[in-house]
Amino acid sequence: MSKRNGKAKPSGLLAETWHRLKRNNLAIISLVILAVIIILAVFAPVFTRYEYAKQDLTVLLQSPNSEHWFGTDNFGRDIYTRILYGARISLMIALVVVIMSSGLGCIFGALAGYFKKLDLVIMRIVDVLAGIPSLLLAIVLAASFGAGTRNMIIALGISYAPACIRIVRSSVLGIREQEFIEAAVSIGADNSRIILRHILPNALSPIIVQSTLNIARALISSSTLSFLGLGVQPPSPEWGAMLATGRNYIQQYPYMVIVPGLAIFVTTYALNLFGDGLRDALDPRLKS
Amino acid sequence: MEKTILEIKDLSIEYRTDEGRAKAANRVSLSINENETLGLVGETGAGKTTTALGIMCLLPDPPGKVTGGEIIFQGEDLLKKSDEQMRKIRGKQISMIFQDPMTSLNPVLTVGEQIAEVLYLHSEMSRDKVEEEAKKILELVGISRDRFHEFPHQFSGGMKQRVVIAIALVCNPALLIADEPTTALDVTIQFQVLQLINDLKQRLRTSMLLITHDLGVVAEVCDRVAIIYAGEIVEIGSIQEIFENTKHPYTVGLFNSIPDLDEERDRLEGIDGLMPDPTELPEGCKFAPRCKHCKPECETAQSIEPVDIAGDHKVRCLLYRASGEVTQ
Repeated sequence: MSKRNGKAKPSGLLAETWHRLKRNNLAIISLVILAVIIILAVFAPVFTRYEYAKQDLTVLLQSPNSEHWFGTDNFGRDIYTRILYGARISLMIALVVVIMSSGLGCIFGALAGYFKKLDLVIMRIVDVLAGIPSLLLAIVLAASFGAGTRNMIIALGISYAPACIRIVRSSVLGIREQEFIEAAVSIGADNSRIILRHILPNALSPIIVQSTLNIARALISSSTLSFLGLGVQPPSPEWGAMLATGRNYIQQYPYMVIVPGLAIFVTTYALNLFGDGLRDALDPRLKS
Repeated sequence: MEKTILEIKDLSIEYRTDEGRAKAANRVSLSINENETLGLVGETGAGKTTTALGIMCLLPDPPGKVTGGEIIFQGEDLLKKSDEQMRKIRGKQISMIFQDPMTSLNPVLTVGEQIAEVLYLHSEMSRDKVEEEAKKILELVGISRDRFHEFPHQFSGGMKQRVVIAIALVCNPALLIADEPTTALDVTIQFQVLQLINDLKQRLRTSMLLITHDLGVVAEVCDRVAIIYAGEIVEIGSIQEIFENTKHPYTVGLFNSIPDLDEERDRLEGIDGLMPDPTELPEGCKFAPRCKHCKPECETAQSIEPVDIAGDHKVRCLLYRASGEVTQ
């Protein structure tokens, strides 16, 4: 119990987790980095006066200088600006993919974990989906319905879903056997109430951690797919696509590859560090 | 004239497993009157919790199944009710308290929310009224109303059990089933919780089925007591009758295994043997293999009907004929 001034301080899952997270220095550093990246992405126009698609053929392939902090690319576009707007795209894609896959995970994981008959059906479908490599799925979707951001998001969302469904299902199976669930039944709660109000809130910890780590994975995946030309289409400044363009200029203009590469690296690393920290902060709660 | 609110007639419950059919309850019959507390005493595995879950229709199905009998609650057979009808009864007219307070509460919801949930489920009250009612019952169980927004892990074991009691009684049910409510608590807290239960019971005029294996608890709280062995009620009666006019050899054995304040003894008398495997119940009297007074007909009798001793004291034993006469 935590008491200050004679009155007990309320402490729920969120408060306690935050408290534990604060003590982890690496997690806080990564959180700060992520916050900076998000602010830069959201307020991009504030931080730059250039436009990401505007070509200026008079300033082609310039090395980093005072006018163009990260230099310019083969169309004269300011790379710094493209990185900022690229952050918007990369983060947005990663977030949508994770929301989609975790959302599917919660829905079908809860259904599979709670209703034995649905479990058989759902898990066999999940087994099939899990066997399809994400790259292959993306290629097939691109080939059938055309390349583009939307299809890439769908492909990635579907390929991350099986793992999320399994995680949620596993949590639900464990929680379902606990006595407070029996107690909830004994006061007359129906199935939907039990799942939504009693089981899922207790099942969130593993899926939260997995989601954080999936954002990083989705970032890399979308960069890879865009690099291959399957995802985001030009002139979108997605970081992976920028890598693809820069590939031809590595020898003489390496900054075209280094900068987007660093951007991907830093973001992914920060996300992973934060995910680790979050898992540690949530873990003792899991055990208790 | 006391009104009967619960009458169980010949209730039989089986668990169907790969190892066979475990007969957990065999033609259990008992009744509880208004404002009365019936104790259900027996060893682990005797069928106490099974009977309680059976009343609430909470048996895990599979593998549990009611194979016969009636559960008449306030004039209606609960076994004939639909899931939806039972849901309306649970929490509102019949409530249950489980054994381990540590795991009976949802760790991510505040205690106030968990008490409020019962009110939301069974009444049309506004949010403010619900919160007020919940705080009132918190105070009734001896917890400050300021603790409404606290989480279960911020309470000690005894206080958690009080919260569980609050949740069970907030809608003022006619019947409270308490499944070993004090077994997981230490003795001093046990006493407090029992006093609380007694007090609330009288104030709210709730009937109670108290399941326990502790005869001391029975003496504190119950008006009548039923002894269950291998899924059968072997003796039932008022506590005066059962404590002072014990008839069934098993019950006698139970009392003999408790230390006596008045007598000095070197060893406690136990009951030899073990309760039979519910998948392989013996023919005749289930207690016969362990009984000192076992006669040949005890092992072969098809069914042993309860015999009236005095008042509503009944015994299921071939030793006795009506009105307490010993057959020998």
